[in-house]
Amino acid sequence: MVMKSKVLGLAVASFVLAAPLIAEVESNDPIRLTLHDWSGQLINTKIMGAILQQAGYNVEFVQADYIAQFAGLKTGDLHVAMEIWETTGREALDEATATGQVVNVGETGMSAIEEWWYPMYMKERCPGLPDWQALKDCAEEFATLETAPMGRYVGGPVTWGGFDEERVEALELDFEVVHAGTDAALFAELESAYQRQDPIILWIYVPHWAPAKYDGEFVEFPPYSAECYSDPSVGVNPEMAYDCGKPRGPIWKAAWAGVQEKWPGAYDIIANYTVNNDEMSAMVAKADLEGVDIDDVVASWMTDNKDRWSGWVGQ
Amino acid sequence: MTQRVANRHAFSVNGGAVRWLTPRRAMTLGLIALTLVLGKYGGDLAKALDMRWLVKFPSAWTVPFKSQITVAMKWLVEDAHVGPLAFTDLTRAIAWLIEQPYQFMVSFLAKGFWAGQGAAATEILPAASWIAVIVAVIALGHYCRDWGLATLAGGCFLYLAAFGQWDSAMVTLASVAIAVPIGAGGGLLVGIWAYRHPVGERILSPMLDLMQTVPVFAYLVPILFMFGFGPVSALIATIIYATPPMIRVTTLALKGVDPEIVDFGRMAGTTPRQLIWRVLVPSAAKSIMIGVNQVIMLTLNMVIIASMIGAGGLGFDVLAALRRLDIGAGFEAGLAIVVLAIAVDRISQAFAQQAGQAPTVPAGQGWIRRHRRMVLVLVVLVVAWLLGRLVPALKDYPEAQTLTTGAFWSEVVRYLNINYFDSFEAIKVAFLTWFMLPVKQMALGIPWPWAIAMLVLLGWRAGGARLAVLCGTLSGLILLAGLWPKAMITVYLCGASVILATVIGVPLGVVAALSRRGGQVIGVVIDTLQTLPSFVYLIPVVMLFRVGDFTAMVAIVLYALAPAVRYAAHGVRNVSQDLIEAGTVSGCSKWQLLRLIRLPMALPEILLGINQTIMLALSMLVITALVGTRDLGQEVYIALTKADTGRGLVAGLAIAFIAIIADRLVSAAARGARIRFGLESPS
Repeated sequence: MVMKSKVLGLAVASFVLAAPLIAEVESNDPIRLTLHDWSGQLINTKIMGAILQQAGYNVEFVQADYIAQFAGLKTGDLHVAMEIWETTGREALDEATATGQVVNVGETGMSAIEEWWYPMYMKERCPGLPDWQALKDCAEEFATLETAPMGRYVGGPVTWGGFDEERVEALELDFEVVHAGTDAALFAELESAYQRQDPIILWIYVPHWAPAKYDGEFVEFPPYSAECYSDPSVGVNPEMAYDCGKPRGPIWKAAWAGVQEKWPGAYDIIANYTVNNDEMSAMVAKADLEGVDIDDVVASWMTDNKDRWSGWVGQ
Repeated sequence: MTQRVANRHAFSVNGGAVRWLTPRRAMTLGLIALTLVLGKYGGDLAKALDMRWLVKFPSAWTVPFKSQITVAMKWLVEDAHVGPLAFTDLTRAIAWLIEQPYQFMVSFLAKGFWAGQGAAATEILPAASWIAVIVAVIALGHYCRDWGLATLAGGCFLYLAAFGQWDSAMVTLASVAIAVPIGAGGGLLVGIWAYRHPVGERILSPMLDLMQTVPVFAYLVPILFMFGFGPVSALIATIIYATPPMIRVTTLALKGVDPEIVDFGRMAGTTPRQLIWRVLVPSAAKSIMIGVNQVIMLTLNMVIIASMIGAGGLGFDVLAALRRLDIGAGFEAGLAIVVLAIAVDRISQAFAQQAGQAPTVPAGQGWIRRHRRMVLVLVVLVVAWLLGRLVPALKDYPEAQTLTTGAFWSEVVRYLNINYFDSFEAIKVAFLTWFMLPVKQMALGIPWPWAIAMLVLLGWRAGGARLAVLCGTLSGLILLAGLWPKAMITVYLCGASVILATVIGVPLGVVAALSRRGGQVIGVVIDTLQTLPSFVYLIPVVMLFRVGDFTAMVAIVLYALAPAVRYAAHGVRNVSQDLIEAGTVSGCSKWQLLRLIRLPMALPEILLGINQTIMLALSMLVITALVGTRDLGQEVYIALTKADTGRGLVAGLAIAFIAIIADRLVSAAARGARIRFGLESPS
């Protein structure tokens, strides 16, 4: 603790000396933003960092695991996490905000879609798609040796939840749910089947590069509602819950609770920041499919959207 | 499964004996048969008797270890105090101590020295030039052995620069440079302590077992809470994982020092401290360096997992590349880890051999002449720093000159996938139907009381009452934690993989021992398989075999093959020459020589190899969880993604318990075999 106050003292001293230059910045300590291992998040976070820098803040990027980062956000080792998906991170986020040490800074403007997805060439073999009813008749088209005569649906890692086993049962689909352990394994399955034009139907989420690389569609299930999940009588199957599609949810921004006190200006900028699905998907495709450097993608967004982010800083 | 393997081996040894069906053997056979029958029909039997609890342990009987551990951990992190200090302040202080040298190394090798924080910082001194580092490595190689080693090490580092892996490789090297001295130094001190206090050794031994067998994922979350987020936590996890072999090797090496040397030291009137540092440690230096070597290899093994909690470096490149399904880039980054491991490993081995010899530096010359290499390296370093401002290529390897073979690897996988997928599929289905599924059914069908009883019996036969109690207690704890079905899936997956690895590995080992050229080729393949992060081939394997148990088994076999091959080769090579001659004289053919003399005599070594294979197979479980298994590894992984400390630790401990049971049983069997062949005296 003694150490810390000393450092703080030094920081204050340098602040006073350099006061005219960075008058509006509350603290010169770096704001630490977390980077994960998918390009969309890297782009999102680097843009946020670039805006904060333009506003005069000192930022630092730290490599961190998606879920494990909450340990750091709670203690204040890490400060800002730019992408907590309603669909995969909600549980961890709620647990963290309940401690009072982490706050939800609001939506990023992007909305996560997660649903069953098939490549376009499967539409010829199973006419009637994207309507989910079609799956009832051509489950066998999606079968493999191990699952025949049932169709094979590749779900996400067990930790993603998603209630696919329940959905299959409630909608009386002849499918077997197989869980991929990670999303790398999930897309490896898709890449492999797509190269051979073999049958596949799997869990895909956006924003992601996959829909840009592979031609395909989401299955249209009966639309999600909270009642459909909780009340068996609602929906096409009066006896069972989960007889509908998956919820679509916002992607949240999260921060260490101390950010608001230490850098109130930065906190406001973070809260103002929004991007949408389309521009993010385009940027992700640029980085992952065309091989453009992420920093270049970020830089071109910054020049193209100067008015937008100046507005967030000015507010 | 493992116990059955051990049994079958013990059995085949005396297969050629005159009267092999003794009453005792008949009973063993009967029990095995009964177990098989129970495995197949256990479920039906339990249903018929209306005793479902026989196959499915009632959840009401389980003990909530998970929540108890979570509560204890919470207390430790939030409320515990050591005197006036909070426990976390203490752990944070340790983290700070480790962070200082680490930051220095990272700055020196990769990032440069900066004043100020974050983006506002200005560079004071750039990182060491790639040329300076390569010259330093060459000089070190030459110092440790000769120009051959210098060329090899220099070539390895040049590869890193040429393939555009330099910056990441230097970050990884920096963490190796910190983790290895702490792990090796700490391990040495603890090892010495255990040598001096036999009681200490007894307390330490189970702790070391746990450190080696509990998967890192299981204690990652508490480590993050205690030591903060970032590279330091990754370093600490690495050290916990990599130190145990060093402690073990040190204690063993000190015990192995010739008693006459110790007596001589005592007679010369040394104090206990002098005896250790001036007599024992130097005499055992060569063996101790094997421990250092292990620490280095395990540290590099941890690179991927460490990168998940903020260590960055090559491990992160592998992960990120596979996330965007860039197989080629992942493979290149993975190969860079192999290359780094080869360079560091060869240099450290040469250093170990050299350390055993007397210093050859001629006395009486000037300092500069005695340290020519060091002076050269320093000069290159400073010159590169000075000129680097004018000629950027001296500072950083020019980006335009980097090579890549990434596209090639992606194409290879694509080609295999398009043209050979059906053959792969056929192989997979055959394996699943005829091998894996029956084993799985068996493992899940055996009623738990019978399984535990068999384990206890096996322990008693192999190692007496003590081992019986150990087997009973550990398997009972797994049962009480409510993890029995998942543990049995684990046993099935590992058991199937270990059987396959043994079937492939032992013949390979025999070939390696009998043919010199074959041995060299096999050696290179095995080395690569062991240092190449399993992640790199996990994703191509998924593309060719789809997610599922078969893919997991392929990945486990690839990783766990190495010890089966190495120990078998070692065992066959070391069969006493007299015995071979005796065999030749009595007219054995080459085949008979192998079957009747070499293999039986090598059996204890082969068993130890299988033991190591089991350990590696269990340590791969957490990685294979990433391709969708449903075992204890998956349980640990789920707990990690949900940040559930208790759940992760309990599942991790269950894996450790399985490992310990297997280890003790196989070791006891190996010891039994040695006693039977008169290689060891029963004590």
